[in-house]
Amino acid sequence: MNVLVCVKRVPMTGGRIVLTPDEQAIETRHLGFTISPHEECAVEEAVRISEQQGGTTTVLTLGPDEAEEQLRDAMALGIERSILLVADREWDAQATASAIVEAIDAERAAGVEYDLVMFGNESADTGNFQVGIRVAHALGRPCVTGLKGIAVEGDRVRCEQEVPAGRDVYTVALPAVVTVKEGLNLPRYPSVPGRMRAKRKPLDRSQPSPPDPRLERLRLALPAGEGKQTEILGQGPAAAPAVVELLRRVGAL
Amino acid sequence: MLLVLVDHQDGGVDDLSLQALAFARGLAGGDEVHAVAVGDASAAAAALGDAGATRAYAVRHDDLGTFSPTAWARCLVQLVERLSPTAVIAPGSERGNEVMAHVGAILDQPMAANCTQASAGSPVTVTRVRWGGSLLEQAALHGDPALLTVTPHTVEPASTGGGEAAVEEFVPELDEADLAVRVSERIQADTGGGVSLADAKVVISGGRGTGSAEGFAPIEELAGLLGAAVGCSRAVTIAGWRPHTDQVGQTGTKIAPDIYIACGISGATQHMAGCKGAKAILAINTDPEASIIANADYAVIGDLHEVVPAISTEVRKARGA
Repeated sequence: MNVLVCVKRVPMTGGRIVLTPDEQAIETRHLGFTISPHEECAVEEAVRISEQQGGTTTVLTLGPDEAEEQLRDAMALGIERSILLVADREWDAQATASAIVEAIDAERAAGVEYDLVMFGNESADTGNFQVGIRVAHALGRPCVTGLKGIAVEGDRVRCEQEVPAGRDVYTVALPAVVTVKEGLNLPRYPSVPGRMRAKRKPLDRSQPSPPDPRLERLRLALPAGEGKQTEILGQGPAAAPAVVELLRRVGAL
Repeated sequence: MLLVLVDHQDGGVDDLSLQALAFARGLAGGDEVHAVAVGDASAAAAALGDAGATRAYAVRHDDLGTFSPTAWARCLVQLVERLSPTAVIAPGSERGNEVMAHVGAILDQPMAANCTQASAGSPVTVTRVRWGGSLLEQAALHGDPALLTVTPHTVEPASTGGGEAAVEEFVPELDEADLAVRVSERIQADTGGGVSLADAKVVISGGRGTGSAEGFAPIEELAGLLGAAVGCSRAVTIAGWRPHTDQVGQTGTKIAPDIYIACGISGATQHMAGCKGAKAILAINTDPEASIIANADYAVIGDLHEVVPAISTEVRKARGA
């Protein structure tokens, strides 16, 4: 069972988003970076599948050179090797999917066939909800999205998706593409030996050529109504009567 | 003509679909808006007409008894080929985004997910949400047709007073590959008799400030008194103190209560993306400079372990009086 997990480097935005003066990006000079929460669960699930079933695990990202940090983080958790598609700026979903498909084709040409390709349901930052689905179509594979449960059963995979009424179950043949959501599992923490091993694990770097975006970002803006007037009801337990008065006012009592 | 994918049940059209129809009418100018629904939509003809759809295509196929994202997309693609709409629009629900992503993949066209605005033109320009709504992006959508979904609860549904939509049956051609991904079973949720986080009128959440799983005891107590649902921040689920089903936020549950009480939560943008639907936010936090304080309507500066039990005592007193 060979598993490929696709992740995206995103800033840890903290309490407030600040934009660059040209309104083209988030000001990240003072921010750390991570991967989208859904993808953390994809990485964990890939490691668990390989622990149970054997086979290989690979993590891929399209992003700046610095995204090596996120690939090493995933390898510290047990992923064996990584692929970095270097892109200096943000690519749209269509272009990202094409580059990933090309990388998967190149892997196949080199003798590596992936049985399961995993994505997060949507990235934390751009939230396009479509890269995994586009890759699945290009590869001619089934795609199940938003999974909170995955069980590989022989040559099939049983998938559980959360819906308002409960969970919908899909069973599809491998090879397949799945996109997952946070809550699928509780990701492990990296160990120090894991971090040391990750430094020596293989990382293949290539530079796909940037296409023209078809969903073209013009500018970013912060939503109106940020930073509202906050009424301080009081300090410590002495504020309790004021809170109860508020609860009465909103009909919560 | 603009084509809108709608969800319907028992003669009614769901709220997000009505919002998508209103959005489409805004983009259409004088152009017609047509609806597409899977299943027998004739009972919904009046509701669709009132929402501005002059025509509705009711997709009929024996294999579409349960949801199948690729097959739904294939239906839309076949209608696109027949009708050449200028835009195809769906609600920004999980399923709406999923089906439209398939449509984009099949047609090799871009798809803009979760738009709050769109202006006609070549290209169509859209405003869409990033970071679960904490950031907006203006973008040019270089696609024909323009494929997009509508961010839930950003457009008001509007009654046009239009008469019944003309319902036309549409039988798609689906092959095995289109139906390979199909719901085979529904496991009903075990609600446990409690209030669900998404529907609760009052939600009380704890964050890192609770200190432990046991630290939720005063929050549980107050929630019990108020009939509230208990939520938590991502820091809490990562620590393993509460299950992910309790998590409020961009990658957890999005809530819309009358009042949200956030205890010991710093208020990262990802958390606020999940609770900005609350009519009022009360933050209880030891740190007056925590982001949650600036983003709340009301605040109490203090330790939740002291403040929350005092509120419970005061609620009992108010009830006893």
